[in-house]
Amino acid sequence: MADHATRHIISLLMENESGALSRVAGLFSARGYNIESLTVAATEDTTLSRMTIVTSGSEAVIEQIIKQLNKLVDVVKVLDLNDGKFIERELMLVKVKATSAFRDEMKRMCDIFRGRIIDVADGSFTIELTGSGNKLDAFIESLDKAAILETVRTGASGIGRGDRILKV
Amino acid sequence: MEQSSKKMTGAEILIRCLHEENVEFVFGYPGGAVLHIYDAIFHQDKFKHILVRHEQAALHAADAYSRSTGKVGVALVTSGPGATNAITGIATAYMDSIPMVIISGQVPTYAIGEDAFQECDTVGITRPCVKHNFLVKDVKDIASTIKKAFYVAASGRPGPVLVDIPKDITADTCKFEYPESVHLRSYNPVTKGHLGQIKKALKLLAEAKRPMVYSGGGVVLGDASAHLIKLVQSLGIPITSTLMGLGGFPASDPKFLGMLGMHGTYEANMAMQECDVLLAVGARFDDRVIGNTKHFLSNPRTIIHIDIDPSSISKRVKIDVPIVGDVKSVLADMNELIATEKPAQNTNALAAWLQQIQTWRGKKCLNFAQSTEFIKPQYVIQKLHEVTKGEAFVTSDVGQHQMWAAQYYNFDKPRRWINSGGLGTMGVGLPYAMGVQFAHPNAQVACVTGEGSIQMNIQELSTCAQYHLPIKVIMLNNRYLGMVRQWQEFFYENRYSESYMDSLPNFVKLAEAYGHVGMQITRPEDVEGALKEAFDMKSRFVFMDFITDQKENVFPMIQNGKGLSEMILAEDL
Repeated sequence: MADHATRHIISLLMENESGALSRVAGLFSARGYNIESLTVAATEDTTLSRMTIVTSGSEAVIEQIIKQLNKLVDVVKVLDLNDGKFIERELMLVKVKATSAFRDEMKRMCDIFRGRIIDVADGSFTIELTGSGNKLDAFIESLDKAAILETVRTGASGIGRGDRILKV
Repeated sequence: MEQSSKKMTGAEILIRCLHEENVEFVFGYPGGAVLHIYDAIFHQDKFKHILVRHEQAALHAADAYSRSTGKVGVALVTSGPGATNAITGIATAYMDSIPMVIISGQVPTYAIGEDAFQECDTVGITRPCVKHNFLVKDVKDIASTIKKAFYVAASGRPGPVLVDIPKDITADTCKFEYPESVHLRSYNPVTKGHLGQIKKALKLLAEAKRPMVYSGGGVVLGDASAHLIKLVQSLGIPITSTLMGLGGFPASDPKFLGMLGMHGTYEANMAMQECDVLLAVGARFDDRVIGNTKHFLSNPRTIIHIDIDPSSISKRVKIDVPIVGDVKSVLADMNELIATEKPAQNTNALAAWLQQIQTWRGKKCLNFAQSTEFIKPQYVIQKLHEVTKGEAFVTSDVGQHQMWAAQYYNFDKPRRWINSGGLGTMGVGLPYAMGVQFAHPNAQVACVTGEGSIQMNIQELSTCAQYHLPIKVIMLNNRYLGMVRQWQEFFYENRYSESYMDSLPNFVKLAEAYGHVGMQITRPEDVEGALKEAFDMKSRFVFMDFITDQKENVFPMIQNGKGLSEMILAEDL
């Protein structure tokens, strides 16, 4: 079995019941699996929640994660997005210092990354940025560390391309 | 559909649900949060409530009832400490995939989260050690939840399911309606195995030079014993079993190589290591079975694995031919294929392989030095087998005595060997014997235990007295926590840190204090007579305190981190 760890995005549908999230989170901690991020919200069918888990592990570990998730009685469907083509998006809000001398520079940087300034205050901007995790990382990298006042990220959401549909 | 137009309380509904499920015994202990339920129990006589002396024992007894019958065990405990006391029992059942429904009381819904008296987050605490659990928030949900609980517990890979019911819900009323069937869109366990895979497996087994069957607890739980016997006999190939699988294939059959693993036989471990095609049936390649995984894999072999739980497949060892399905159904399909296709076997190679196994057998690895001075624990088990004609239900605790019982009792039938294999819970033996005796009132039930384990649930002597259970306790008393002592001897240069059981009670008097018969046996020549005398007392609970050789060790033994073929044998020392 390959020991090489790779990043996987797993999407799953589960019964929208109290405690459902802790069953998944508990499974990952109990079996020592990594969670890079986990997002969850109800779907258009409110009896179902959709979860996106970003994890990493060897092929064997990922196979076990999928099996263990399927074993949870509340889990309806599990899909490893990495098995096909998919799109990944994450939202980040960054509050940056934007004193008069740097306001233009910050605006330009925001434009380059196709972000949006959603709040303007005397000494700061709040920038909204959407993209893959890599793109958000790149934006942070390109900012002067001292300029960053605060960041918040949603964690990745993913969806299969074209005909790849995860639905009950 | 069971219906009643009159409104009933949640407690009454719960009892009716248990009637619908044909529950015979509820093992439990009352308390504040379950008082309405106990009042409803007072008004019924369809099932019998067994009052234990500690909630842990209620769980173990219900667990053993299930292990020995195949039916779902039922336990009832109160909120807070009632539930936390039950945890060890739940985790024990979970590790061995035992179907159980546990009903726990909870503080009233309006008090949840307020740190109420005897409140704990039972659903949260039990989540990692149940197959599934539920918190009932509306009286209207009781019936459907209980139906689901029994279904989930018994189907697929079985396991314990807990239903937490707040006190006010048991007092609320609604109409009773028991669903006839249950469907969960998120839960559809596989039953039939893939026929293509089954054919592939059979071809591999037939063409193998050194084929081997490795059977586990899944065969016992799946009631697949008869099918397994048929398969092994028609192919004429050797078979070993895990601790949990003992009895799934008759130990007295020459094809049986004995148990494998850390304390498995020489021939079973060698054959497991050397085989070229391995058929694993309802077993999970755990650390106590295959030893060091790398060492195990160093000898290439093709592995076929039948298991109802996909997550058991390729968990620790990569499987070449996975067959996900109910073991009974898959084995039946295999047998049918053998009958119709009569696959040609590699008979010359097979004969040479069986010859090789005979050579390994020649080691007689379970021989032990008999003594005229000390009672050898192995000898007690051999005599127990003789006196009970191999027909007894044997429960055990955890430690050396457990391994000796597994090695020397030679189980010929499934569901006769009742022990905690996965979690390794000391203290299960006596409550296990209770659960078995309730299920089989006329059977001989022996609890093989040690003086360490028995004291972990010794209070149940009282329950045994109340219900006149004619259990025979076979205590192998070596005044040590024997398995701990053995490891300390081997790996810690005889530093017996805290492994001596000092200040032991007078067990004979203790048994007598509860109204039981107590016996102490100190000489080897008295062992057989004492056992006969005890088993002749058909209506009495007999506590037998065998004073055994303090320094006896369990052999063969695979040390931690070593491979299957790297056993220490008694003759090596």
